[in-house]
Amino acid sequence: MNTQQNNAYSAVAKMFHWILAMLIIGAFGVGLYMADLPVSPQRLKLYNWHKWAGVTILALSALRLCWRLYQPAPTLPASVVEWQKRASHAAHIALYILFFAVPVLGWIYSSAAGFPIVWFGVLPLPDLVDKNREFAEFIKPFHGMAAKVLAAVVLLHIVAALKHHFVEHDGVLQRMLPNFMLPKKRV
Amino acid sequence: MMNKFALNVVAVAALAVGTGISPTVYSQQAQQKLIAAQSEISFVSRQMGVPVSGNFKKFAAEIVFDPKKPELGKVSFTVDLLSTDMGSPETEKELKGSGWFDSIKIPTATFISTTVKSLGGGRFEFAGKLAIKGISQNIVVPVTLTQANGVTKVVGQFNLKRLDFKIGDGDWNDVSLVANEVIVNVKLALSGVAVL
Repeated sequence: MNTQQNNAYSAVAKMFHWILAMLIIGAFGVGLYMADLPVSPQRLKLYNWHKWAGVTILALSALRLCWRLYQPAPTLPASVVEWQKRASHAAHIALYILFFAVPVLGWIYSSAAGFPIVWFGVLPLPDLVDKNREFAEFIKPFHGMAAKVLAAVVLLHIVAALKHHFVEHDGVLQRMLPNFMLPKKRV
Repeated sequence: MMNKFALNVVAVAALAVGTGISPTVYSQQAQQKLIAAQSEISFVSRQMGVPVSGNFKKFAAEIVFDPKKPELGKVSFTVDLLSTDMGSPETEKELKGSGWFDSIKIPTATFISTTVKSLGGGRFEFAGKLAIKGISQNIVVPVTLTQANGVTKVVGQFNLKRLDFKIGDGDWNDVSLVANEVIVNVKLALSGVAVL
């Protein structure tokens, strides 16, 4: 598909990246906003949308990981120094761990709090743990903390990508840009 | 009510002793008691497709019931809505408000039977008036009775429409968020019920 640019990500990898980027940023924003709301229909909607987004992120991340194992990411240009290659590798491992950890912690919390997740209001998902008020209160902060760690790594990821583009001019950012955003000559 | 009830028991007992009739014949009229510790009244409501359950910790009943003469049966049930347990303090606080149970103002829900009939095979049907939030509706509660060691277990289920009782009207009247239908599960243990 991208034989002209052998150092670019595949169209499938790009699709996973940008859909998940939007879902993760959206779920994080809603999660931060909804946590302190008083009981209301609006809060009920936001909680459910947040949970549906979280389960979608989990499912898409599983597919994405399969895809990445099937078609490994392109290597970084030779101009990138060794410690940055290692840092990039570590950051990507952290991202993938958190793509799974954050939604699973949220799902555990929801189960423990006695609110089973019904995906899009249609598909009932199994409870990961039994209803247990004390355990729910114990696990709740871990979901939030993991999400904030994810946000921090995402921020690092964005800053690094922008540095490659605007400082290094090494084409690392373009590898993940959708085709329509690339200059014509590259296609 | 209780005094009158107690007086009747005494009167029946006195009459039984006075006339030499075995008290057990009469005791069937008045000794059915709810064993609260073994009884449970719970409900399931759906919020955006998610089943959310709760139960009432305090309830009481006056029961006169003979399986052989169900038509003479009479049940009067009182549920303390302030004792609603949904496993979440903020939900329970919300429920007490005027939009939901308004239980600070009207703390009890009542069910008073009007007709009781046998469906055969240990199954009975209790029809009567359920009153919540000052609104009374006719309902029918089908139950199944089983007996062991002198305890009669009564298991039944019925549906109600929350908006019929103005439960969750106003902000919460959107039934796509909180379903109108609520399933109520009744599991009672009674003592003193005559053999089926």
